[in-house]
Amino acid sequence: MSVELDVFVGNTTIMDKEVYQLWLNGYTVNDAVTLRIEGGVMEECEVLLSDTMDQYRTFQMCERLLHHPAKLANQLLFQIPPDRQAMLIERYYAFDDLFVREVLGKKLSKGTKKDLDDVSSKTGVMLKSCRRQFDNFKRVFKVVEELKGPLVENIRQHFLLPDQLARDYAAIVFFANNRFETGKKKLLYLTFQDFAFCAGQLINNWTLGAVDNMMEDMDVDLDKEFLQDLKDLKILITDKDLLDQHKSLVCTALRGKTNVLNEMEANFKNLSRGLVNIAAKLINAKDVRDFFIDLVEKFIEPCRSDKWTSVDVNLYLTHYTNSAHILDTFKHHSVWTRYMGVIKSCILKMYHE
Amino acid sequence: MPGKLKAKIVAGRHLPVMDRASDLTDAFVEVKFGNVTFKTDVYPKSLNPQWNSEWFKFEVDDEDLQDEPLQITVLDHDTYSANDAIGKVYIDIDPLLCSEAATVISGWLPIYDTIHGIRGEINVLVKVDLFNDLNRFRQSSCGVKFFCTTSIPRCYRAVMIHGFVEELVVNEDPEYQWIDRIRTPRASNEARQRLIFLMSGELQRKIGLKVLEMGGNAVVGYLQCFDLEGESGLVVRAIGTACTLEKISTLPATATLPSNSSPSKDIKEPVFGEEGPGVPLSSGPPTPLRAQTFSSFSPSKSYSRQSSSSDTELSLTPKTGMGSGGSAGKEAGPLKALLRQQTQSALEQREYPFFTLTSFPPGFLLHLGGVVSARSVKLLDRIHNPDEPETRDAWWEEIRQEIKSHTKALGCHAVVGYSESTSICEEVCILSASGTAAILSSRFMQDGPLETDHRLSRQPLVFSTGSERVDGDMGSTASLGFEEMVPPGCEFCHIPYDELNIPFPAQLTYCCCCRRYKVPDVLFTTIDLPTEANITGKGCLIQARLCRTKKKAQGEGNAMAISNLLPFLEYELHTQLMNKLKLRGMNALFGLRIQISVGETMLLGLASATGVYLTALPSPGGIQVSGKTPSDITYEQHISNMQKKINDTIAKNKEVYEINPPEVVEEIIGSPIPEPRQRSRLFRSHSESSDEVSEIDLSHGKKDAFVLEIDDTDAVEDIHALLTDSPTPAGFYSCNTEIMPGIQNWTSAIQMFTSVRVFRLNNVNLTNQGLNKVFSDLCENLLKSLYFKLRSLVPCCLCHLNFTVAIPEDELIQVAVTAVAMSFDKELTLENGKQSGDKSLKKENDEQLQFNLELNAEMSSSNLSSPKGLTEVGSHPSAKAPSVDYSSFADRCSSWIEQLRLKAHTIRRGSVKTTSSLEKASPLPEGRSRSLRSNRSYSGSSVAVVRMTPLSFIPGAKIIKYLGIINMFFIRETTSLKEEGGVSGFLHTFIAEVFAMVRAHVAALGGNAVVSYSMKECVFMENPNKNQAQCLINVSGDAVIFVRESEVEAASVHPQSAATQTSNGEGT
Repeated sequence: MSVELDVFVGNTTIMDKEVYQLWLNGYTVNDAVTLRIEGGVMEECEVLLSDTMDQYRTFQMCERLLHHPAKLANQLLFQIPPDRQAMLIERYYAFDDLFVREVLGKKLSKGTKKDLDDVSSKTGVMLKSCRRQFDNFKRVFKVVEELKGPLVENIRQHFLLPDQLARDYAAIVFFANNRFETGKKKLLYLTFQDFAFCAGQLINNWTLGAVDNMMEDMDVDLDKEFLQDLKDLKILITDKDLLDQHKSLVCTALRGKTNVLNEMEANFKNLSRGLVNIAAKLINAKDVRDFFIDLVEKFIEPCRSDKWTSVDVNLYLTHYTNSAHILDTFKHHSVWTRYMGVIKSCILKMYHE
Repeated sequence: MPGKLKAKIVAGRHLPVMDRASDLTDAFVEVKFGNVTFKTDVYPKSLNPQWNSEWFKFEVDDEDLQDEPLQITVLDHDTYSANDAIGKVYIDIDPLLCSEAATVISGWLPIYDTIHGIRGEINVLVKVDLFNDLNRFRQSSCGVKFFCTTSIPRCYRAVMIHGFVEELVVNEDPEYQWIDRIRTPRASNEARQRLIFLMSGELQRKIGLKVLEMGGNAVVGYLQCFDLEGESGLVVRAIGTACTLEKISTLPATATLPSNSSPSKDIKEPVFGEEGPGVPLSSGPPTPLRAQTFSSFSPSKSYSRQSSSSDTELSLTPKTGMGSGGSAGKEAGPLKALLRQQTQSALEQREYPFFTLTSFPPGFLLHLGGVVSARSVKLLDRIHNPDEPETRDAWWEEIRQEIKSHTKALGCHAVVGYSESTSICEEVCILSASGTAAILSSRFMQDGPLETDHRLSRQPLVFSTGSERVDGDMGSTASLGFEEMVPPGCEFCHIPYDELNIPFPAQLTYCCCCRRYKVPDVLFTTIDLPTEANITGKGCLIQARLCRTKKKAQGEGNAMAISNLLPFLEYELHTQLMNKLKLRGMNALFGLRIQISVGETMLLGLASATGVYLTALPSPGGIQVSGKTPSDITYEQHISNMQKKINDTIAKNKEVYEINPPEVVEEIIGSPIPEPRQRSRLFRSHSESSDEVSEIDLSHGKKDAFVLEIDDTDAVEDIHALLTDSPTPAGFYSCNTEIMPGIQNWTSAIQMFTSVRVFRLNNVNLTNQGLNKVFSDLCENLLKSLYFKLRSLVPCCLCHLNFTVAIPEDELIQVAVTAVAMSFDKELTLENGKQSGDKSLKKENDEQLQFNLELNAEMSSSNLSSPKGLTEVGSHPSAKAPSVDYSSFADRCSSWIEQLRLKAHTIRRGSVKTTSSLEKASPLPEGRSRSLRSNRSYSGSSVAVVRMTPLSFIPGAKIIKYLGIINMFFIRETTSLKEEGGVSGFLHTFIAEVFAMVRAHVAALGGNAVVSYSMKECVFMENPNKNQAQCLINVSGDAVIFVRESEVEAASVHPQSAATQTSNGEGT
């Protein structure tokens, strides 16, 4: 004796958030039932099995709609209340920070997808869930790639995602597009949220869209002209007078405000060279990829080894930035501001004491 | 040429990719009506074509308009090969033919293909210009309104109820024609869909003609069924109740309170003068009625009894004339007799005094006799001449005659809650009919517009508006009761038959309400609980389930075997029902539906009903178990254990269902537990012999206990079955009627659902008992699953929980159910209950006042009595009540419209919520998702919300317009079963698609809900070896526009704006 067929269809589609999450996490029906029993929803296995299967079927049917969330709102097959639709979409596009950290900056290609089982075993996120998350990244990437206008806004409109999630996706797309290196050992201490923040900074300040959002091009690529201009900043380190002048201005300003003034003074030239060199190299795509690793190697690590506090870093960078404007022979104020603004907030975010 | 049909194809969207090379589609559309076809241009390379066609005009007879559907086919243009069909849309234009229904069909309709399911949507506009045709001999019946609803539709009043109409048409089933061997499954499915569309159109037209002949303008309780007889053909048959309906003017205020509430003053309410111009207000004939109706009543309720049905034996007693008055008794005797004569004469003119309605305007139903039913087993033969379906007609004729004679035997002259059904297996067909024998008032049946008609007819209206306002509206039973002030409450329970000449063994007592008339000890009926009925406590779903094996046989032998089994089956079902009823401490069943399904090697019987405690009927005795072999001590112990269990269960049930009947003080101090002497071994319900009845009136109340003697395995099994019904989980109630007796304050959260299960019996050697258990478990498990699924709506009631069983093939049992879960406010129940007392007192005085004050009075009364009023005020106590421990209150999804609309409401609810374990477990905190949600606007969503319910009303809302009947038939077939998720995946998708299509068609008619929705057919066939499955579904219902009560109130201030508001009411 066996149940051959068992379906339940509501006029308003019934969806259980808990089961949805289990489905998203990649559990099989049987595992989900076990988990639900453990969760104490109900003891009767049969009832739970029937319910779980129904829900899984519903989710599977919804999945193709979720790939184009806008369709969810005007499809006729399921009558789903708007708040539920939002929940479905949001959770479908939610991702594990651990997982995304692994693929951040990688090419969203078939090859990467093939390696997902490694990622899965490394992060403990189920393979099925990894695939969904990866496919989500890829889908968003593909759609947004072709679009003009602000990246975050595009993502939000096309995928009906909440603001924060849209920003995170923007970061992922941005990283994937520019192929930033994030997997090096030295970068492992950084979380996805650190990177997402930096990506936000870069998108908002260094892309073409940042200057003029009417531009044809979009937010995904860095502003080439700006990168070109960055080369002019080299004068700050190549001109010895300028470098000394800059140093003394900064040190004067910092006097009495920090405990590590000596270290700052001693390291000034190194640090300044580091930052300006990063700027000057950004015109090469390959060096763009190493942007974060450069920041860590050239700035964050030296500071950390001298035991600077975040406050120190902040002070230092503030004065370092401002003092440059006072230098007589330095003309590239706007490029400097645009560059240092981002560098400063990125470093502060990445500086874990 | 009396009609012009116009159609315009606007656009398509979400079309499937038909050209793999380009990933696009070159779509065009064929619009076909009758034999005329138009085409749109090809819209190349798009999945969202914009055709924007001209108006295609069809000039046609109105006869065709009624019969034919408009057929829209979407195709993919292919230059080199044949064009590929994407899918079709059939549009029933019947709703456009009636001036009071819809005027245009406009909207996105799913494009449906029988192999692929829904494939995108098409936006169409359809209109009809109808010219008047006064030809007396016309064949069309345009303008007759059809309603599936089995009560007087909410925004109409019945001027006259004419009676029974029936018709059937037959045809060959295309699936079984020779050509089917060579055509594709798609072509065959489409031929079938189209044929059934045509046949139901024709059927409806023919019924319409009969209605016109009778002088009516509408069919209420329209029930159309298909008999798929296989080789021998396809029968479409329908029954209904012809009525003359009159639309109630939109102002809800007109109604006010029922005038007749005070029995003494009676009659003419001058107030109505304004409303019913030209109606003479003399008080003629109604007086007797009235006296009769109201003289007897006391605050509690009363009851009547049941007649056991089924039986063929009843036909032995075709005593005519018995109906008139014996029991009428003293005072009212002559009047009653007079009344009866009147009514009877009115009814006797009819061939069949049958009514498919299950609830009636107050005052219409005088007495209930009990259930009458008849079955017959027939052998199908090929229908040779489709134009002369005489055989089938004759079959039904026979059955109806039998019903008629049973009715007479019960001293009744009419049958209410009448329905017919069939079960077919190979060439054997069981025809069944059942209903409730009743005595009706003549008020709605006399010819000529009697003053009574008018006045009375107003009542339904009163009720509908009144009750709707009370939110659940249905709630009504009780709340109406108060409003009416004089609950006649017990009259319908009084026996209609002669006390000394009872047609079946029964035990009579004096009515516990009025103490004047006799009532039976139990009452079984097929109708809904009358609104005026007095009940104690709450009701509950009671099911009797039975499975009987039978030998495989052919032809006549088979039919014979089945007819021999039937009486036993019915008898046992009846016994089970009776036992379960007693076990719940109740004494009456409403909405009884007995379904018998035949398969090759077994018969299935499923009886569902809603049990209640009618105050007028005596309290049921307990159930006594007795053993046959008292020698054995352990056995004795076993028995006493069982007895204890039973007693405990009864006590517990009484608590659960809040059955504390007002103790009848004077009488019977006798032991409530039956004395041993009464062990007269009655398996049968009624059982106490009738002479005993006459002996003492006093003691009848409680004396009879039901005795189960355990002398064979059957009895053990019975008892076992009794006790294994798992109790409904806390917070849930269930019933198979329109409303749950004892619950009123529905919130507006409703969730309609369909659930289907198919069970395979792998073990061929099952005994009857084994089968019974399997079947019973199947039903129980299904119920359990439903309760679990719907837990977020708690406290709630599953209404209209009617199971449909079938035996699709050997060793398979299919159970399907379509019902609605409606949540209610628990605290308010109590509140209301308390209020009711005061209220009814107050009402007495206020009554006339209120009557005149119309609006004001209504508003105040609604604030007083309706939960809604309280809710909106937001001050009600439930917010604090700690007793609400139901899980995930917050999770209730179906109340979302309200959540959007009435913020206050949401907030209130939120505060009640207690976090459930589920909620806790969910990884995303509610807070976050909520705040995120607020960022987003879904206003762009173009899909209107359409509610569906099997009931005739929507809680918290008022139906302001009926747009026409929805009657759709779909076939879905697949040859890639596995790929579609197996049988469950296949059917799940299909049912979801059917819902979607129903919703889309309703929305296109301008409606926002379907009421009285039912899935009348769900035939599922599979062949897993070939990876194939096929399913047929037939659904029907009434498309309506409703407005929320809050809006009604607003609208009543500005009546003109009401209409506009309506149309886009639930638009978003």
